[in-house]
Amino acid sequence: MTPVATPFFFYMLSGLAVAGGLLVVTRRNAVHSALSLIVTLLAVAGLYLMLYAPFVAGVQIIVYAGGIMVLFLFVIMLVSLERTIKERQFNRMWPVGLAASCALLALFLAVFEKGKKLFEDRPLPPLTENNNTQQIGLMLYGNYMFAFEIASLLLLVAILGAVIMAKKRI
Amino acid sequence: MVPITTIHYLVVAAALFVLGVIGVLTRRNVVIVLMSIELILNAVNLNLVAFSRMWGGLQGQVFSIFIVVDAAAEAAVGLGILIAFFRNKETINVDEIDLLKW
Amino acid sequence: MLDSFMSYLGSTVTPGEANNQLWAMIYVLIIFAGVSVAVMAMNWLERKALAHFQVRLGPMRVGPHGLLQPIADAVKLLIKEDIIPAESDKFVFWIAPLIGLLASFTVYTVVPFGPSQAVSDMNIGILFMLGVSSLAVLGVVMAGWASNSHYPLIGALRSSAQMVSYEVAMGLAVVSAILMTSLHGAGLYGVAKLSDGTGTLSMIGIVQAQQEQQVWFLFKFFPLGLIAFVIFAIAMIAETNRAPFDLPEAESELTAGFHTEYSGLRWSLFMLAEYAAMIAVSSIAVTLWLGGWVRPFPHWLSGPTWDFIFALFPGLTFLGLGAIAFLGTVRMPKHAYFRVQTIGLAAFGAVLALIGVFLLAIVIGAKVSPHDILNRTTEGLSNVFWFVFKVAVFMYLYIWYRATWPRYRFDQLMRVGWKVMLPISLGVLIVTAIVGVLLG
Repeated sequence: MTPVATPFFFYMLSGLAVAGGLLVVTRRNAVHSALSLIVTLLAVAGLYLMLYAPFVAGVQIIVYAGGIMVLFLFVIMLVSLERTIKERQFNRMWPVGLAASCALLALFLAVFEKGKKLFEDRPLPPLTENNNTQQIGLMLYGNYMFAFEIASLLLLVAILGAVIMAKKRI
Repeated sequence: MVPITTIHYLVVAAALFVLGVIGVLTRRNVVIVLMSIELILNAVNLNLVAFSRMWGGLQGQVFSIFIVVDAAAEAAVGLGILIAFFRNKETINVDEIDLLKW
Repeated sequence: MLDSFMSYLGSTVTPGEANNQLWAMIYVLIIFAGVSVAVMAMNWLERKALAHFQVRLGPMRVGPHGLLQPIADAVKLLIKEDIIPAESDKFVFWIAPLIGLLASFTVYTVVPFGPSQAVSDMNIGILFMLGVSSLAVLGVVMAGWASNSHYPLIGALRSSAQMVSYEVAMGLAVVSAILMTSLHGAGLYGVAKLSDGTGTLSMIGIVQAQQEQQVWFLFKFFPLGLIAFVIFAIAMIAETNRAPFDLPEAESELTAGFHTEYSGLRWSLFMLAEYAAMIAVSSIAVTLWLGGWVRPFPHWLSGPTWDFIFALFPGLTFLGLGAIAFLGTVRMPKHAYFRVQTIGLAAFGAVLALIGVFLLAIVIGAKVSPHDILNRTTEGLSNVFWFVFKVAVFMYLYIWYRATWPRYRFDQLMRVGWKVMLPISLGVLIVTAIVGVLLG
């Protein structure tokens, strides 16, 4: 299936993702930040679809946008105090933090400039096969079976930990 | 228009990563710090999937699925810690969360 | 543009596959109009059916037998004053019903009305549907939060907790149906090795797997398919906040829950989102377990004569509805006051009967003089009719449940979701996998 209008969709989705990320770190109201993060997550899911990774896009929508963000919204509603909206937004160390982030950005730009010759940097041909999910399934249950089981153990431990920590009395 | 190559996706991922780092280092609200960590994880995921597309193997996508699982576990545990802390000290301000025991 | 229109007409793939944006837009518009009309019809049917269950008549004044009542309701909601609570978060208050609507309507992109009648056959169709319908929880939470009032907040928290809990059971039941698409044997227990099953997540692929295995997944590995279907049916009622799981929006409990503070057009958006979500999850159930667009008994009663008889059903249904309307006309009181209503009902019956005659003409014409366009039209008509008929049965069941069963208390609801549905669906999944490996 030939993709259509690829640059338009790429710039729209990445613009949405970066704009959402910017709103996450600059909004005073935590609920607005959560909504912007949802927009970012859905835009990144769209970018995964453009990268021919439909299963990861589906997992992103179900787990991240449909599960984790609901959890965030619940906790924001539980711990949100009236006075936090009227206080200062950025913490005491914000100049240091901003300087460190700028240093990180400079590092990224330097790496991109240096490494530009490593990439062939040509547009990739569109994929035609339709079995992404099947292949991921075969890999998960074949090569990476051990990591899969460890991930399920991790989730079990996380469930137990979250329940114990959020209970009123142990 | 220039055709979209892998570098474009890497630039977007780097931008999201830097925004997430700014959020972690400069915000006062703990919940927004946790959300910025989710932004960082998403940037890493985008990087992995872009490289998986470039090199053709699906290992990048499998790894990104594991990262999503890990992010879910971490968000649950982090928010559990936050709720437990909030119940004791009634604040979600990183400047005031600075003692292990009082 | 005309060749873009004509080039798709002979196609056997969905517009998404054929990369045809014009036809995809046409399908989207048809689905949008169809779902809106279906929501209005569902509104009327709910009030009339509930009334008849409770031995009363329901709306009778507005049109003949209340047929124009949904239009009157829509007009009333549109002209109501738009009240926004004072201290509410205005942006979030505005966007919450839109998110619910978006989540409910985006699902229709992958709903298959026929082997090539879907907007787009994504190869992760069922994953997409589950994911997007789980975005509706966000709309509920934001609606409750933005209203800045106690009852909506409690209602939103309860409603979202319920929806998230039953999503787990829903997902596991869906997985056990997907397992059945990868089996190699046809028939009830898969002993006749007829087909070569390749597991698929695409909605059209699931129905085609049922066609190849010559059995609805409802009856596959009996009673495993049935238990999975029952779990999904119960979970989908809890997902859409309908009776008996409608504590978050019951009037006697929480003064309408998370949409208390919404009035007029915004409330109608919530209602539209709820009914559209009901139709969407019903179409998931129909596609996964009830064979989608496949007519009943495709293999036991096969052959051109049985195909012809079953193809007559759409036209006969519309003729039957027209006959019921005429019966209602005959039974109207012979009073001058009712003259307009009698004429209106007779006209409605005539329209239905004309549609029925038109559909019958297409089918009989295809039988008498087989022509490519007529055959394909008959087939498409038959596919769409059987799919819509099965979804309509589910809609009637929704209304029946609401009339019959009392409400679950919230702690009972959560107990059922986590302690009953989740273990049973896990058990069905494991047993289906074991039986599939042994017999498949």
